[in-house]
Amino acid sequence: MSGRGTGTVVPPARVREPGPDAQTASPNGSGRDADTTAALATIGRPMRKIDGRAKGTGRARYTDDIRLPGMLHGKILRSPHPHARIVAIDTSRAEALEGVHGVVTGRDMPTTYGIIPWTPDEYPLCVDKVRYVGDGVAAVAAVDEDTANAALSLIDVEYEELPAYLDPHEAIAADGPFIHEPRKKGWNGNITKTVELAFGDVDHGFEGSDLVVEGDYFFEGTTHTPIEPHCAIGLAEPDGRLTVWSATQVPHYLHRELARVLELDPARVRVVQPPVGGAFGGKSEPFDLEFCVARLSMMTGRPVKILYTREEVFYSHRGRHPFHMRYRTGATRDGMLTAVDSRIVMDGGAYASFGLVTTYYSGQLLTAPYHMPAYRFHSTRAYTNKPACGPKRGHGSVQPRFAFEVQLDRIAEALDIDPIDLRRRNFIGSDTRTVNDLRVTSNGFLECLDAVERASEWGRKYRRLPYGRGVGVAGSTYITGTNYPVYPNDMPQSGIQLQVDRSGRVAIFSGASEIGQGVDSMVTYIVAEELGVPLEHIRVLAGDTDFTPVDLGAYSSRVTFMLGNACIDAARRIKAMVQEAVAEAWGTKPREVLLAGGLAVMAGDTGTGMPLREAFNLAEAKFGTLGATGSYNTPRDVHGSYRGATIGASPAHSFTAHVAEVEVDPETGFVTVEKIWIAHDCGRALNPVLVEGQMEGSAYMGFAEALMEEQIFKSADQGRAGLHNAPSLLDYRIPTSLDTPALESLIIESIDPEGPYGAKEAGEGPLHPSIPAIANAIHDAVGVRMNSLPFSPPRVWRAIQAAGDGGRG
Amino acid sequence: MEVVRLRVNGDERACGVPAHYTLLETLRYGLGLTGSKQGCDKGDCGACTVIVDGRAVLSCITPVWEAEGREVRTVEGLATATELHPVQDEFDLNGAAQCGFCTPGILCSSVALLDRNPSPTRGEIRAALAGNLCRCTGYEKIYDAVEAAAERLGDR
Repeated sequence: MSGRGTGTVVPPARVREPGPDAQTASPNGSGRDADTTAALATIGRPMRKIDGRAKGTGRARYTDDIRLPGMLHGKILRSPHPHARIVAIDTSRAEALEGVHGVVTGRDMPTTYGIIPWTPDEYPLCVDKVRYVGDGVAAVAAVDEDTANAALSLIDVEYEELPAYLDPHEAIAADGPFIHEPRKKGWNGNITKTVELAFGDVDHGFEGSDLVVEGDYFFEGTTHTPIEPHCAIGLAEPDGRLTVWSATQVPHYLHRELARVLELDPARVRVVQPPVGGAFGGKSEPFDLEFCVARLSMMTGRPVKILYTREEVFYSHRGRHPFHMRYRTGATRDGMLTAVDSRIVMDGGAYASFGLVTTYYSGQLLTAPYHMPAYRFHSTRAYTNKPACGPKRGHGSVQPRFAFEVQLDRIAEALDIDPIDLRRRNFIGSDTRTVNDLRVTSNGFLECLDAVERASEWGRKYRRLPYGRGVGVAGSTYITGTNYPVYPNDMPQSGIQLQVDRSGRVAIFSGASEIGQGVDSMVTYIVAEELGVPLEHIRVLAGDTDFTPVDLGAYSSRVTFMLGNACIDAARRIKAMVQEAVAEAWGTKPREVLLAGGLAVMAGDTGTGMPLREAFNLAEAKFGTLGATGSYNTPRDVHGSYRGATIGASPAHSFTAHVAEVEVDPETGFVTVEKIWIAHDCGRALNPVLVEGQMEGSAYMGFAEALMEEQIFKSADQGRAGLHNAPSLLDYRIPTSLDTPALESLIIESIDPEGPYGAKEAGEGPLHPSIPAIANAIHDAVGVRMNSLPFSPPRVWRAIQAAGDGGRG
Repeated sequence: MEVVRLRVNGDERACGVPAHYTLLETLRYGLGLTGSKQGCDKGDCGACTVIVDGRAVLSCITPVWEAEGREVRTVEGLATATELHPVQDEFDLNGAAQCGFCTPGILCSSVALLDRNPSPTRGEIRAALAGNLCRCTGYEKIYDAVEAAAERLGDR
């Protein structure tokens, strides 16, 4: 099933050279646009984002910046208990308070929902049970925030407390009462999902190994902390229409769930997604506030807004799962991997969220960039009485990648092989399939390793820096979109519509979610490239389910690849019409008509041309009103046929390598990361400034998880079980400018055969190696292996002490 | 409700607000100046940063009455009628704003820095922005933008 490096149909990747002309000298134009890569006019250049000025002047209107006439303010009452039965709720005193217009409880919306259709286990507000401290039980709408808060204190809830599970191992071992009713008789209601898959002969692989490295690893949970708190506004109108504005990454899925849970005709429900102030996976499923503003507006006939407090953002969570991992990795004496075996217990929190997918991802996404002859994984996701975990940047694969890349470092150490060289030796190649039968096409991983090795001056530093200073390397891969939507259907995963105006202006109707990654700019660059329209003549209307085609959302690093291809599809339909109309006027062939720089010109005859506006008018006269749609769906031959084979499949993979340089103070255990060199194969950088921004932001977030962040909860003997340890941005420390290391981006372009102009993802892949690269650098610095996150001073200090000789070897 | 009088972005404004209102609430809900953002409501994130009498101030923990009689400058007041402030323009050119939610506060901190220190070192920029959390960029492009703006201002 697995074959290594079966050929080099995809040309070698290249390191992007700085300078404005780098993108025009493209020797490897093998992408779907091989005919145009030699002369790209817009794509590949550093450009402004189309919303940069609005964001830089305070004019961009985020959800909480919207005020509607007569708007009420909503608040949600939350459970003080981690696990309890709701015996009774009395809202009469709250309803009687002057200024209160509506109160809802779980009984008003008694339908379960969930982002994954197979695991709907949440109510908009709890009906019979609360499952974590912070679970919503009632909501109010009042004339202002103060009145809404006062009303919450007048709601009487009688609880019957149940034993709380805070540890996933205890939850798995328990025989009830379970956090959820088992989905089948005899099942354990504290388990979301168990996945066990094996590929190749694992036992035989270990038997034939010269070295088997075993290790236990713990990845602490972390959360997204976007600077914008979640916010939603509901507006129910007398004609039966419902509009919900929300800071969401998934307007389409929210649209579906609102209609289903509120029992409304989806054609009457509209979701509008204003610019989102950061998300990172933390806004990629429906939340209680969206259902509550909708229901409260339907009840009161007035617009209702709910804005989470920062504390509520911490409790809503859906962030990185804590993972307890055990890895066995076998190798021959020359460093070639023979077999990999993992056993993982995941702490899922109170609800399933994306957990079914997370459980698969914890194993499925590890099988590149290295060739694995045999691989087995066993992963279990447990429910616990804490806020639900979900997808955070690098969903499900950041934790295993940490453990696995430390294992590789240990193999390199034991065999006395340079760790970069070890990774090169095991390179899986391009145009191949992984051991679990995922298709891999373009692969610039070797170039990534070369780039970080060179830029970091690895050869001069590795094992050569003085005690307390060290360098470490790690590699990774990530998907460029999931091959299937979360609900099964054969419709496109991305759609777009273009409309051309007689003024020469092009309007783009895009269903995608702008969350800061630059998707609205990305489609603008593509339309400019294809039609020759100046950027300033392009408008984008995005994220409005009444007016824009479906795009599944800003998750799984899918948008550039999928929406980009849809946009090329639409733009080329218009281009063909314009070329045909102009060619007719000039008495030439359509392919002789070039659209560029705001002009239509005849190939090879610079004297013949007309402004693009006139060309558009000719096309409109010939074909009628000018517009086109475009869509993208994934190829279906990219995965195997075993149960679960589709989860983790992707049309393309990005590849990354990091080198981190650290200084460790052995007296205090304090780790300072001096610099991270980030090399990332993004296929083609459509705008290198934005790609670098994704790379640096990813490495920053990985660094933060390595050294600082912990989403942790108190135990009963610390006061109240399940209470968040530090739900503020002061106490849950995220890195300030003074904490963050220097970050250097090295873009590698492998030109993917199916990506738009060869592009792949850049938003999540570059996070992965930060954490193991730092762990491996700490080992190079002071000789200790850090197997538990975060690498806080007490942990590092204790590890150095345990090494006895201060780690000097 | 009480009436507070403020000088904001050069305009004299009067506004009826509850007595407990902060400067941020007054700007956003009283005056409709929604450029300044609320990220934490307790002075931890810096998204609410505005400039009061030339100094960067956390407006979410500033009682509005403390701003009476002072010169308040928000992100809406950094550009002229026809021209962006060089810091705003360089943020755009350098990709220093991704989601943009921390951007108004970081712009105000940066302008306050450059007004008192026209040619800061990278270390001084890092220190001046330490009260503004950005979750998207890793800060590198923000430093690049502030440095480029300082150069442009120096050339004037």
